[in-house]
Amino acid sequence: MGFRTGITGFLGATLLAFLAGCAPDQSGWQTRNISGLMPELAFTLTDHQGRTVRGKDFRDRVVLMYFGYTHCPDVCPTTLATLRRAIHRLGERGDSIRVLFVTVDPQRDTHQALRRYVTAFGSQFVGLRGEPHRLKDLTRRYRVVYNREKPDGESYEVAHSGSVFVFDRQGNPRLVAQPDDSAEAIAHDLDRLLASG
Amino acid sequence: MSATLAQLAPYDFSPTVLVVALAAAALFAAGQWHAHRDGEPVGIARGLAFWTGLGLTYAVLQTHIDYLAQHMFWVHRAQHLVLHHLGPMLLILALPHEVMARALPTRLRERWLRPLWHHPMVRGPYRVLQNPVVASLLFVGLIYFWLIPSVHFAAMLSVPYYNAMNWSMVAEGLLFWWLVLDPRSPAAGGLGFGVRMIMVWAIMPPQILLGAYIALSERILFDVYDICGRVWAVPPLLDQQIAGLLTWIPAAMMSVVAALLVLRLWLYQGERAAPGSGPSLTAEAG
Repeated sequence: MGFRTGITGFLGATLLAFLAGCAPDQSGWQTRNISGLMPELAFTLTDHQGRTVRGKDFRDRVVLMYFGYTHCPDVCPTTLATLRRAIHRLGERGDSIRVLFVTVDPQRDTHQALRRYVTAFGSQFVGLRGEPHRLKDLTRRYRVVYNREKPDGESYEVAHSGSVFVFDRQGNPRLVAQPDDSAEAIAHDLDRLLASG
Repeated sequence: MSATLAQLAPYDFSPTVLVVALAAAALFAAGQWHAHRDGEPVGIARGLAFWTGLGLTYAVLQTHIDYLAQHMFWVHRAQHLVLHHLGPMLLILALPHEVMARALPTRLRERWLRPLWHHPMVRGPYRVLQNPVVASLLFVGLIYFWLIPSVHFAAMLSVPYYNAMNWSMVAEGLLFWWLVLDPRSPAAGGLGFGVRMIMVWAIMPPQILLGAYIALSERILFDVYDICGRVWAVPPLLDQQIAGLLTWIPAAMMSVVAALLVLRLWLYQGERAAPGSGPSLTAEAG
């Protein structure tokens, strides 16, 4: 009994240690580390120029992906402005970064509307839209919620996750930034990702 | 109508869940038919327990309930109540191995499954897992483990960890409730009824403690739901409080139900037919 319980305890502890290792530690990152938890960047959508783009077109770049819509009253413009400030802090090295703004309201966000919206933030910003099922695939892949609320006449809001997913040059999801993360914190982590190759 | 049907379709289709659920359903249905043909029909209550247990387990894993469970903390806790407590308990109450064994060809049963079941490589780990202390610790330990904030974070973002979490809840639930609700008397290889009583009461306080801790916490313990977004615009703290209550009260109630079921077995022990009357795989396994 003693021996068996000992073995069980040992196996249990090993299993626990192994499984606890599945949560990536923060080790110096200022936004949330999600390395190894989610699948690589993959999608097929059209950008604000009307061209078909795929996830793998963005390999060799550090990519930030954010879900939002152009009629979004406050969170989206604030978050995109924070991202713009973070990228500006990096100077020229920030030029290669791409911010993918995926609309969760493709009905109202036409290519033209997206183009007007994203170009206001800078050349690194790319507007993306897709058929509802493409959008569903992408949001399921990154476990993101968006919900169209009941329309009040012509206008309606779309509730959505405010998180920004950050991918490294190999297309692996590495970090999640949240609306309350500062531009400094995001810039710090982007700098580190750019430096790590 | 089509919207309702869409809610019944899998959110994240899992071939494994589909195959396991279909295999279990087919085996049990065939077993029921064989039993009926042999003039020993499976009782209505047992059939009802099996189909409800299987149906609930499938529903929380492979309908849009799973979508809600991924994005509302309290629905996640309700999902686990089904996966760890209610579903396995109902399945075990049906004694499905006895029914399914009828559907298996005798050769397969006698030449392969019985020797496999008695093989030391199976018996050894099974004995360890079914030690009353280990089983109780595992039952509660798994609930605690998947609710360690950093582990929960990883499990809710990563599909493989998420699946491991849900499967571990079902598998351990089946093992635990089988040990507690095994209808065999101690003389026939079942666990002593007093020990079973201690087990079902022992798992209650840790679950109450954990549920109360979550329900009464004044800060958000699990931020993964803020990262991915919630389906309904419920204040995060309210979501957490409901989740805590679900971990606390219904989970503890299941212990009370289990205690009554054990008491019933205890009172009626010996009245059930002796082992070997049905083609059970476990009839003589101790």
